[in-house]
Amino acid sequence: MSGPSTIARDRILGKIRSGLARGQDMSQDSARRLTVQRRLGHPPRGIVPERSLLPHVQLVETFAERMIAQRATVERVPALEQVPARIAEFLRGQNLPALLRLGDDALLNALPWSSESTLTLEHGRAQGLDTAGLSHALVGAAETGTLALISGRANPTTINFLPDTHIVLVEAKDIAGPFEEAWVRLRSQFGARQMPRTVNWVSGPSRTADIEQTMVQGAHGPRRLHVVIVG
Amino acid sequence: MKITTDTFKDNARGALVNPGLQQSMAGVKRYYVPARATAMAKLPEFDALRDQARDIKNHTLEHLDLYLEEFERKVVENGGKVHWATTAAEARGAILDICQAAGAKIITKGKSMVSEEIALNAHLESAGLSVVETDLGEYIIQLRHETPSHIIAPAVHLTRADVVETFTKAHPHLPADRPMDTPEVLVAEARGILREKFLAADVGITGANFLIAETGSTVIVTNEGNGDLTQSLPKVHVVLATIEKIVPTLEDATAILRVLARSATGQEMSNYTTFSTGPKRPDDPDGPEAFHVVILDGGRSELIGTELQDSLRCIRCGACMNHCPVYQAIGGHAYGWVYPGPIGAVMTPTHLGVEKAGHLPNASTFCGRCEEVCPMRIPLPRMMRHFREEEFKLGKQSGLPKLALRLWAWAAARPALYHFGARLGVGALKVWGMGRGRLTTLPLAGGWTAHRDLAVPEGGTFQAQWAAGKRPIAAKAASPGTSESRAA
Repeated sequence: MSGPSTIARDRILGKIRSGLARGQDMSQDSARRLTVQRRLGHPPRGIVPERSLLPHVQLVETFAERMIAQRATVERVPALEQVPARIAEFLRGQNLPALLRLGDDALLNALPWSSESTLTLEHGRAQGLDTAGLSHALVGAAETGTLALISGRANPTTINFLPDTHIVLVEAKDIAGPFEEAWVRLRSQFGARQMPRTVNWVSGPSRTADIEQTMVQGAHGPRRLHVVIVG
Repeated sequence: MKITTDTFKDNARGALVNPGLQQSMAGVKRYYVPARATAMAKLPEFDALRDQARDIKNHTLEHLDLYLEEFERKVVENGGKVHWATTAAEARGAILDICQAAGAKIITKGKSMVSEEIALNAHLESAGLSVVETDLGEYIIQLRHETPSHIIAPAVHLTRADVVETFTKAHPHLPADRPMDTPEVLVAEARGILREKFLAADVGITGANFLIAETGSTVIVTNEGNGDLTQSLPKVHVVLATIEKIVPTLEDATAILRVLARSATGQEMSNYTTFSTGPKRPDDPDGPEAFHVVILDGGRSELIGTELQDSLRCIRCGACMNHCPVYQAIGGHAYGWVYPGPIGAVMTPTHLGVEKAGHLPNASTFCGRCEEVCPMRIPLPRMMRHFREEEFKLGKQSGLPKLALRLWAWAAARPALYHFGARLGVGALKVWGMGRGRLTTLPLAGGWTAHRDLAVPEGGTFQAQWAAGKRPIAAKAASPGTSESRAA
């Protein structure tokens, strides 16, 4: 660490401590540290809105409704085998090229893409001119209609933002009520206090209201967000 | 930036007669106020969530030193670097060093009010770097060499015609006769230009809505996705954040996110909420190779343990300004520094001093709407009152109001005299009103009657009516829209 940064660090933390000493007993340092370590090691879960505590069938329905309310399009597909055909169909319906950017996700790789001979898959991170990208979401939170996506080889984060059309596959079994479900999954997958480089919560296509509060889709990220719920 | 807090009164007067600004400010009221109300109505737990958000931040501030240490430890553990800065100059210097060490030429930026606070762009540009704001509103005002007039809607003071004029001038390579008549085509034009910048940038700078001690993550919230392209495409990601942005855990950030967008734009969630932790992992096909967090104090640590500590709970949603009758009337630029509206009237004297900005809290009707809507329950009126008292101590008031106040205080301590005076005053106003129920002129109150009529008291004095068992005040307060029409 550089010199000035260390000096600044000590000064800032020192000022905070002397400020805190005005209002509390700072001699009990070990008690304060224990409080902090306990919270970080076992994060308490606060109020979870009742709207996210529904039976699973209803959670899937409200998830879809809330995604649509946020200007995404949603389709339900009964089985994974049908996904390639439905995606090809969606691209045709939108008059988009039969090109799809995706990562190296095990579930996406296992789909029967060969049935769609006209569809070209391009693997790896997104490029500036990609027209459509496909990601596999970790979790869908019905609370507000929000997808949680994690970066990595399986689902490069650039796919979520560069292509004009972003298609996200989420399995119905991965749709939960509150956002906190994403943290539960991540802790079991990566370990306590660990995170992938990027976690994206996505609640609709890119939009802006910066010109006269008029809502316009496709500010910088995807103009369209299409959610495929499988199962 | 040029600080114009000194000329606040003149700024406000100018704003009130600026038709374009007035058109834009009407939009703020029409759009943001009902949007928040609708979002609130859809979530029965909203008020309980506000209490919880307040408590989380209070707990965090009571342990601020320890959570900051933990955050730093986790950033470093994940391969990132933390740079501490006591002052704006130190933060600017640290960021310029990072950019120069990376051999950067083009810098993209996500929206960051702290970067406005430290005047970062001018500093980087003076060293020959090209800095591009990528939030659409920020991009527009950057082209116009203006500053944000709102903390989440920086170009809210502009009309569409202003944007057309700006883009016509700034994009001369595009055909002069291209259609520019809808927001859609304007957004598409900016998108095309900024996409090239995103792909060419060497360093991406973002702010942070939260820093998470548990994991060393930084969080940004956007609707456009510009922050994400800013931070995932260049080889270096720099996060600029102030010390009070920290929260303990992912759950704590989640809890506060539940009130953030609802208070800001009335959305249940912003479209993109992004948690970034360290640089890209060895296996990752994208993401930055280097991750730097610049943690700025900028005078905030001095507020710990003082009557202003609660202001550090602010999550910069903008609800206080959206609902403020003064902000709605004059917009953000009149306030003269980075943060406008009620939170600005507290932060500006905090940062610039009472001498320079202690008069901003006088631009308040003390209607209390800012505190009513604040998701973090910051007692803004109490803090503005604090600064009013501080300003009063400086003794800068002009003679007449001072004399009047002294006279009033003297009379108020003598009830019999005060009541007699009040009866006399009520009678005099009635006579002056000559049965019209309102006054268009009044000696010593020309500042009021120049712009609106003064209602003549109905019946006797308040004390007399109260004694007679009437409760006129309660009946009036119950009628909705009273304060609305007064503000208009």
